[in-house]
Parts: sequence; C-alpha cells; structure tokens
Amino acid sequence: MLDKIIAAIVVSVIAFVTVYVITPILIKTLEKRKLVVKDYNRVGGAMVARPGGPSILAGIMISELVLYAFFSSIDVLAIILTTFLAFLVGLADDRKVLGGWFKPLALAATAIPIILLGAHGSHLDFPLFGSVNIPELYLALIVIMIPITGNTINSIDVLNGVASGFMTIASFALTISLFIVHHYDIAMASLPLGFVSLAFYKYHKFPSRIFPGDSGALTLGAMYGTIAIVGHVEIIAAVALLPAVINSFLFLSSVKRIVEHRQLKSSPVEHTEDFKLKATEHKDAPVTLVRLIVANRPMTEKEVGFAIFKLALFSAALAIITAFMTGVKI
Amino acid sequence: MKGPIFLYVFIMWLMILGGGGLLVVTIAPISIQGLGKYDEFLDSGIKAIIAVFLVVLWIFIMSKIKNWIFHKQIRN
Repeated sequence: MLDKIIAAIVVSVIAFVTVYVITPILIKTLEKRKLVVKDYNRVGGAMVARPGGPSILAGIMISELVLYAFFSSIDVLAIILTTFLAFLVGLADDRKVLGGWFKPLALAATAIPIILLGAHGSHLDFPLFGSVNIPELYLALIVIMIPITGNTINSIDVLNGVASGFMTIASFALTISLFIVHHYDIAMASLPLGFVSLAFYKYHKFPSRIFPGDSGALTLGAMYGTIAIVGHVEIIAAVALLPAVINSFLFLSSVKRIVEHRQLKSSPVEHTEDFKLKATEHKDAPVTLVRLIVANRPMTEKEVGFAIFKLALFSAALAIITAFMTGVKI
Repeated sequence: MKGPIFLYVFIMWLMILGGGGLLVVTIAPISIQGLGKYDEFLDSGIKAIIAVFLVVLWIFIMSKIKNWIFHKQIRN
C-alpha cells in the first residue's frame, strides 16, 4: 500500500509541476508565433495565446508514463494512448476548422486502444440496483463515451477558466468516487487529470493568458471518459459532468443539429455597455447554460464562471453520493 | 436563475438513478428462448432496442422538463 501512496504523490506532483512550468513557456512561444485569438468577452478584446493543449498533454503524458513505469498497467496504457489520440484530433481542429461531424467520428476512433487492450469490463454498475452485463452493447458504449465526454468539455470551454476549473472539480470528484468503490489503481491514474487541470487553471482563469483550444479540451474530456471506462464508474462520471451535459443538451435541443459554435449566426449572450454578459434577445440563438445563468440579470464573466463552478460542486457532491450508493443494493 | 438549474441537475440525477433501476430490475432479466443458436443474438438485440428506446424516451422527458423549468427564459 505504501508504494501506491508514494506513486500517487509522485504522479500528482509531476502532473502539477509540469503544466505549471511549461505553460508560461508555451504562452511566450505561441505569442511569438502569433498563435493568438481575440477574447471577445474582455474590454478592448485582448489577444490570448491558443492552444494550451501541448502543456496539458505534457503533464498528463509524463505523469502517466511514470505511473506506467511503476505498475505496467494495461489500464494506464489505454489512458495514455486514447488521451494522446484525442489530443491529435483536437490539434487538427485547432490548426484547421473542421466540420461539426469530424470531431465525434475521430474521437470515436480514439477509443480503439481501450478495446484492443481489453481495458474495459462488460457490465454497467448502477447505484442501489446492482449491475447489468452487456458485453456487446458495452463496446458500443465505449465508442460513444469518448466523443461525448470530449465534446462535452469542449462545449463548456466558452469563458475564461471554465473548462479547466470545471474539469478540476469533476475529476477530483471522480478520483474520490474511485476510492469509494475501491478502484485504487484507477484512482491513482485519475489524479494527474485533476492536478493538470488545476495547474492549467492558474493561467486560464479570468483574465486568461492562454486558452486550452480543442487540443486541450478534447484531451481533458477524452481522458476523463477513458478513466470512467477503465475504472467502471461510467454512471458516476456522467453525474459529475451533469452541468456540462446539460449545456450540450440545451444547445443540441435548441439548434437541433451537430454544429460548431463558430458556425452559429447568433451568439447566446451579448454584452452590456459596462461589458457584462446578458442573454441575447435573438430568437434563433441557441439556449446554453451561460444564457440561462444570465437570464435574470447581466453578470460579469467572472461571476458566470463561479456560478458554473457552484453547479459543478453540486454535481460533484451528487457523484460522490452516487459512489456511496453503488455499493448498496436494495 | 441559478435555482432552477440546480433543480434541473437534481432531476436529471434522479432520472439517471431511476433509469438504471428500470434497466436492472425489468429489462436485464428478460430471457428469450426457443430459437436455438439464435437465442443469445435475439436476447441481446431486443434488450439493445429497449435500451435505445428508453434513452430516446429519457431525452424526450428531459426536454419536456427543460421547457417546464426554463419556459420563461426560453420564451424570452
């Protein structure tokens, strides 16, 4: 047990320090190469470096490879490969704007290592009621799950610090849940996700110095999905992500097709004269979580971010309750 | 506006728990027999169709609840 505690501390420190140290260097490099985008929610429209995916990937890869060196786990290898492939998909989208369907299909392909390595179970554990064994259906679930978690995190990456802050809360809730259901090895493997997100949040929070981009958001989302699969905590993971899932659901049910945010004609929010966010009055604008949060009164970007974090903490608490309920059968 | 969103998250959580219960208690025990070597195939197929139907039903219900909770904001 002592070796696992040491490994958990080592990978957590490596994940945090790697991103904390590399990100400022990445910001300077991106700014030097003019790889910057306008932050439309900031007064004056500051130019912000993008993408931050490379530093996120570095933190995850180095820490997970160290963990793999410790324990040679197939599950950790599946996390490494799927996360890396998801990063490549995101990087391709950062470099060249790709169609709305490209990401879901390409992300589905990133799940192949999980299947080929056999790093998955064949049953779904439900709280209170037990589990169902669905060997064939489970393979389909794996292929669907990675695009869902990847795109869900990507879709909530709309304001300064939200994606990384939300991921920090959700992934630590997942780690705690994995400990509760006694999946200690995967709990260890999930620690770098939380610490990488936390370190990146330092530079991503309002006012952002760097945006994660698709490469960053898809890397975080795909890793989260992979941990849910190899740790057999799919339902708990879905509960922790509920605010982001609701954001995607609201968006899809109002737009009624898979489409990139940048392809929309009307934005869900507008700016007041003092640059607060307010809900748009355009009838054809999509309904999103941010639009609902600012529906009653205009709020600053920072206030909206904290409102989303409160929702994330609420769903994290529900996820942990779900984890306790998973061991109980009525 | 945040109160209704918390309520929506909570309802979604209850629906996940309820949906899981329905799957485990009623759908999973279904057993198709009498078609020889096709039993397992048919058994899985029917369960898969029921599961997909339930997912569609859940999305429909969530959509109705969404309209009910956020009707004022969505209408505006």
